[in-house]
Amino acid sequence: MYLTNEQEAILKGEEGWAKKKCLEIVVGLGEIYGADRLIPVASTQISGVSYKTLGEYGLQWLESLTPAKVVVPSTLNPAGMDLCLWSEMGVPEDFAAKQMRVMRAYEKLGVITLCSCTPYLAGFAPRFGEHVAWSESSAVCFANSFLGARTNREGGPSALASAITGLTANYGLHIDENRKPTAIVEVSAKLAGLSDYSALGYLLGKMVHQHIPYLRGLPSLDVDEAKALSAAAAASGNLALFHAEGFTPESKVGVGEVGERLHVDDRDVKGVYDELSTIRSGKIDLVAIGCPHTSIAELKAAAALLEGKKVSPATKLWFFTSLPVKVLAERLGLVDVIEEAGGRVFTDCCMIVAPLERMGFTTMAVNSAKAALYAPTASKVDVVFTTFGKCIDIALEGRLA
Amino acid sequence: MRVIKCRKISAGRAEGLSLFSPAPISFFGTIDPLTSEVIEKNHPLYGQRIADKILIYPTGKGSTVGSYILYGLSRRGIAPKAIIMKEAEPIVAVGAIMADIPLVDRPESFDFRSGLHIILDADKGEIIIL
Repeated sequence: MYLTNEQEAILKGEEGWAKKKCLEIVVGLGEIYGADRLIPVASTQISGVSYKTLGEYGLQWLESLTPAKVVVPSTLNPAGMDLCLWSEMGVPEDFAAKQMRVMRAYEKLGVITLCSCTPYLAGFAPRFGEHVAWSESSAVCFANSFLGARTNREGGPSALASAITGLTANYGLHIDENRKPTAIVEVSAKLAGLSDYSALGYLLGKMVHQHIPYLRGLPSLDVDEAKALSAAAAASGNLALFHAEGFTPESKVGVGEVGERLHVDDRDVKGVYDELSTIRSGKIDLVAIGCPHTSIAELKAAAALLEGKKVSPATKLWFFTSLPVKVLAERLGLVDVIEEAGGRVFTDCCMIVAPLERMGFTTMAVNSAKAALYAPTASKVDVVFTTFGKCIDIALEGRLA
Repeated sequence: MRVIKCRKISAGRAEGLSLFSPAPISFFGTIDPLTSEVIEKNHPLYGQRIADKILIYPTGKGSTVGSYILYGLSRRGIAPKAIIMKEAEPIVAVGAIMADIPLVDRPESFDFRSGLHIILDADKGEIIIL
């Protein structure tokens, strides 16, 4: 791999230990993937924030990098708790103390401590063609597909290494040639509501191993629909880029020679609800909306359904979003409506990376295929995957009928 | 003495006894982070410790948390001395670089076994079997 004199000097330790180690990580990955050189990144988004996933040694790694600083705008994935309202969530104190140590470590590195899987809804959206190093898998898929930015699926340590060096290795989805569609997926399913897009994403991830799908027949693809689709596709099958005819920027390039042709109909989409639900009836401890973090449009829709109603005392209704979206929802009076109905709006975290297994929850309803896929193992809960409207109904009833 | 050329992924030099696994290893799942013992049932190295060994295995698998687990083994002083893989993958590469553990891959030949006395010079891209 070609390295500049300046990069060679960093590898010799001339700009300190932390920068040396971080560049070694970037170069090491470049060697594995056969990169020809390093390229600058415009921003990074770093996973490994919740103490639940990071652990004690991950935290020690972060602390060991001080006094290095990030050199490009860098934001974070969700933490394990609302950084202000954690005690109201019921997060154990020992966990909160560790989580705050993680936050201090990132602050010292100069990271912008927006903790969100949807930085693009909170002021951090890369432009078309811009090279970035993001690690949240749903945001990677969204940025590549919907915005036409260029990023590989980084791990937490490699995104942080790019943040500190400002560089990533030139391979994979940074190269135009590797972004062309290699499979056509005809979608005849009707798709009503975000959970259908989430179900479609789940199917897509499972169907197209090692392929870049070109979707035909989508009825629409707005920001929230692309967000839901991206999250599920990245969770069920490592998908980092899709093209959707008529909607995504690079779909205009069209389809060249394509190896595989697949089809998704209504029955396939409906089948996902059944496949991912581990329970069919009974009491639901928590209804959790916000995987990925909710947009203002989703909070508006929730407030409209909840106005003048009451969440059952038998359950909890929690929304997860980013801090900027919550501030706007407060201004619009949406948080008041949701809270008067007995729901809560939390920031910085989500139902997957919060320590739910230590907070007394055993059953959960979600409108996200990704959350339904991860929750049974990540948070030791049974789940029902259903529509947004049905989630609100469950919250009002306290149970799944 | 035999010299096998290979590709450097993480820098450094180490000398020790080999521990060879014909099966893949995931640092998240296969290895107990507190003892370095292989805890995955039915794994060919089940019950053995990887600490202080020149660990040799074909490929990695599993979760990205694995990088931090390898780093954690090193902080506890129970990491392998060096790692030789048929084909390195990003999780172990990042973990090895974080922990200053020499790592090489793509050796000219992959006919290793446990108990060999090995000097690994990642910087020169050489595995020396004494």
